[in-house]
Amino acid sequence: MEAPALNYLNNGHGAASWLLTKDHKRIALLYLASITAFFALGGFFAMMIRLELLTPAGDVTSPEMYNRMFTMHGVVMVFFFLIPSIPAVLGNFLIPIMIGAKDLAFPRINLLSWYIYVLGGLFTLVAALSGGVDTGWTFYTPYSTAAANSHVITAAVGIFITGFSSILTGLNFIVTIHRMRAPGMTWFRLPLFVWAHYATSLIMILGTPVIAITILMVAAERVLHLGIFDPALGGDPVLFQHLFWFYSHPAVYIMILPAMGVISEVVQAFSRKNIFGYSFIAFSSLAIAVIGFLVWGHHLFVAGQSTYAGLVFSVLSFMVAVPSAIKVFNWTATIYKGSVSLDSPMLYAFGFLGLFTIGGLTGLFLGAMGLDIHVHDTYFVVAHFHYIMVGGAIMGYLGGLHYWWPKISGRLYSEPWAKLSAVIVFVGFNLTFFPQFIAGYIGMPRRYHVYPPEFQVLNVLSSAGASVLAVGYVLPLIYLTYSIFAGAKSPADPWGAKGLEWEIPSPPPTENFGITPIVTHGTHQYAPSKEVGVV
Amino acid sequence: MPTNFPLFPQQASAQAGQVDAIYFFMVAVTAFFALLIAGLIVFFSVRFRRRHRDEIGVPIHGSLALELLWTFVPFVIAMGMFGWGAKVFFDLYRVPAGAMEIFVVGKQWMWKVQHMGGQREINELHVPIGRPVKLIMGSEDVIHSFYIPAFRVKADVIPGRYNTLWFEATKPGTYHLFCAEYCGTKHSGMIGSVVAMEPAQYQAWLDGGPADGTPVDAGAKLFQDLACHTCHQQDSQGRGPVLTNLFGSRVQLQDGRTVVADEAYIRESIVNPQAMVKAGFQPLMPTFQGLVTEEQLLQLISYVRSLSDAGAAPGAGTAAPTQPQDRSTLENKR
Repeated sequence: MEAPALNYLNNGHGAASWLLTKDHKRIALLYLASITAFFALGGFFAMMIRLELLTPAGDVTSPEMYNRMFTMHGVVMVFFFLIPSIPAVLGNFLIPIMIGAKDLAFPRINLLSWYIYVLGGLFTLVAALSGGVDTGWTFYTPYSTAAANSHVITAAVGIFITGFSSILTGLNFIVTIHRMRAPGMTWFRLPLFVWAHYATSLIMILGTPVIAITILMVAAERVLHLGIFDPALGGDPVLFQHLFWFYSHPAVYIMILPAMGVISEVVQAFSRKNIFGYSFIAFSSLAIAVIGFLVWGHHLFVAGQSTYAGLVFSVLSFMVAVPSAIKVFNWTATIYKGSVSLDSPMLYAFGFLGLFTIGGLTGLFLGAMGLDIHVHDTYFVVAHFHYIMVGGAIMGYLGGLHYWWPKISGRLYSEPWAKLSAVIVFVGFNLTFFPQFIAGYIGMPRRYHVYPPEFQVLNVLSSAGASVLAVGYVLPLIYLTYSIFAGAKSPADPWGAKGLEWEIPSPPPTENFGITPIVTHGTHQYAPSKEVGVV
Repeated sequence: MPTNFPLFPQQASAQAGQVDAIYFFMVAVTAFFALLIAGLIVFFSVRFRRRHRDEIGVPIHGSLALELLWTFVPFVIAMGMFGWGAKVFFDLYRVPAGAMEIFVVGKQWMWKVQHMGGQREINELHVPIGRPVKLIMGSEDVIHSFYIPAFRVKADVIPGRYNTLWFEATKPGTYHLFCAEYCGTKHSGMIGSVVAMEPAQYQAWLDGGPADGTPVDAGAKLFQDLACHTCHQQDSQGRGPVLTNLFGSRVQLQDGRTVVADEAYIRESIVNPQAMVKAGFQPLMPTFQGLVTEEQLLQLISYVRSLSDAGAAPGAGTAAPTQPQDRSTLENKR
């Protein structure tokens, strides 16, 4: 199919046509540009951390600076990259197309959510440039309210503001998925990417207000000396941890569920086969979203929380692992008797499967109460959550970006370079973070500016891995950008994949569909067979 | 101290083996599943690689039997891990009777230790091997976390309350003591050593160090200096409750609640007297928040505890039934 002359990219030129756009696809690109900038910033902080930790002594940065580096790394990566990454870029771009709609339910609110995100981001940038924050991204009280001598308020306001962007995006997705599906696009024909975003949106709407309130209370205590968390003012410091993790644990699922949605799509497309156990994958997303709200106390096993509360949190934490296991088994089974092609998105997806599996399984170690006592707040935890958030969420994001890039840009990128970068990211990632499991079990605490010399070998490996990883992240930036200017034009469906997004031109026209499609079967139906059944 | 490039922590406490056992179990189980998944993916990708351009996969929609299998099996394994982890936790949490007690106060950025015999240390903790040691820990400022990797024990040290931690060192040596909860600029400098010693050497260490009065004596003096005794008299004539035999008893409060008079209750009653007023008394007591340091609070608590039979802190020669050979004279209170 020949691309029509007019598509969403060339339909309107100039800054105003972008900054005032209500097109979900253009807003997705606005997000893409901004989260890429924040990813680079967060990556810079990470490199400073790894540089400092090359040697046991504190020789690159001062302790104050080091503490600001890991705090800003966490704040930027979590709130300004990972949480918006897949939903705001790929979700924004694809959900309306995947369900056969012309846009999201509330296009203006969609644009508003980007402006809110940018405003929140500006506050964080101001906090960073004016000297940074040194509380850790976790803002634990009473340190953050009574002791920290840094720009806590500015950063807190930034996070508070950007939370509304999440809430609005989630709201928009839920209404869109409920109300805007094309005729015949029943719930059980929805692409699993859409199911994953539905579950994610639930968490965004239900969880984000809690972090907003919590962070506001931190600001109130810091400025007005209201006794909420500081025991010297009659408050309870552990209350903060409950409130913080009530959001921040589900927030991990905000990061990983959309990546799981991407993997479901990619695994089907590159096996040319419909998913194994559709409804188990769809409902396991919802199970994760629901149970994920009830496990926050596993962050407090050594904080003196009631032992019996600890037991309940521990058993629920083990339960939330089961739906993730179900997904991994179903993805693996999907490849069985497929027509498997190892294109770069599939390589990223396999990278996800390996790294997410390790990240998920090491989560079991932390859910086991007796074992958590030893590894809590060590590098074991750092390794675990990077396997989930970087190994899982970023691999998923990159896999999705590569899979849908021809649709988004209308161009084909260099496949050999993409494959190379997928391999480099996988190798660099493992070199960076696997040694941290070992360092953690030996007892190296996290957030240490200086450390005893026996940990040096492992830290050097980690820092070496981080440089490899950096190369793996810079490469896609180069060849994807290059493809925009010099890449071959992409056909509507470069992969031979199925799904509404591959039935419209690349890049899509502004209105997505000239005529609203009528859906007669599930998404990835490759074989000319009966309706994809619900298993 | 450990070698230059260890890959595994030393095992130097009675609990370490227990924690390592569940660790190895989980490593084995999770490695099995990770390798299973990785193996299947590699095998399927090769076996079912695309052989010509237009090839498609075989439409298989699922299998209820398989779904149930891989829901049920992980669930059972997960529950097994939960049970084992919980058991280890309870063993690490329940302090054995007769454990020797030591006070620890964390502050930015040091650990202050006070032994019942009056010995004080900073960033060092000397303990005997073969005897359970219980740490009663408070913080002067922000949250810290007391962590001894070689013993596999850790507990947060939280301002405004007491957390406890116990261990039984098994191997003489010097081990890392870390602050594991980020606490500000010099967090990574809030480290020290735990020195585990043979009982005889430990005794020699106790005798050799300067002891500036036991916590009980210091508490008794504070009790006078702060004029606590004017209200808390020996008989029931005072405006405040009698403290004799208070510790460990159940206290009926004005608002109808009943609480056990433990360390936390006494601390709360000193720094925030209106919070838990004993039934039958007026809320007259002024707060001592800011007037007494965390260490002085611990001394006052020791003193109040010494007034009660139930509160007699273990540590004296009589109180180590499991280790009768230990002639410790840690405290000479009373």
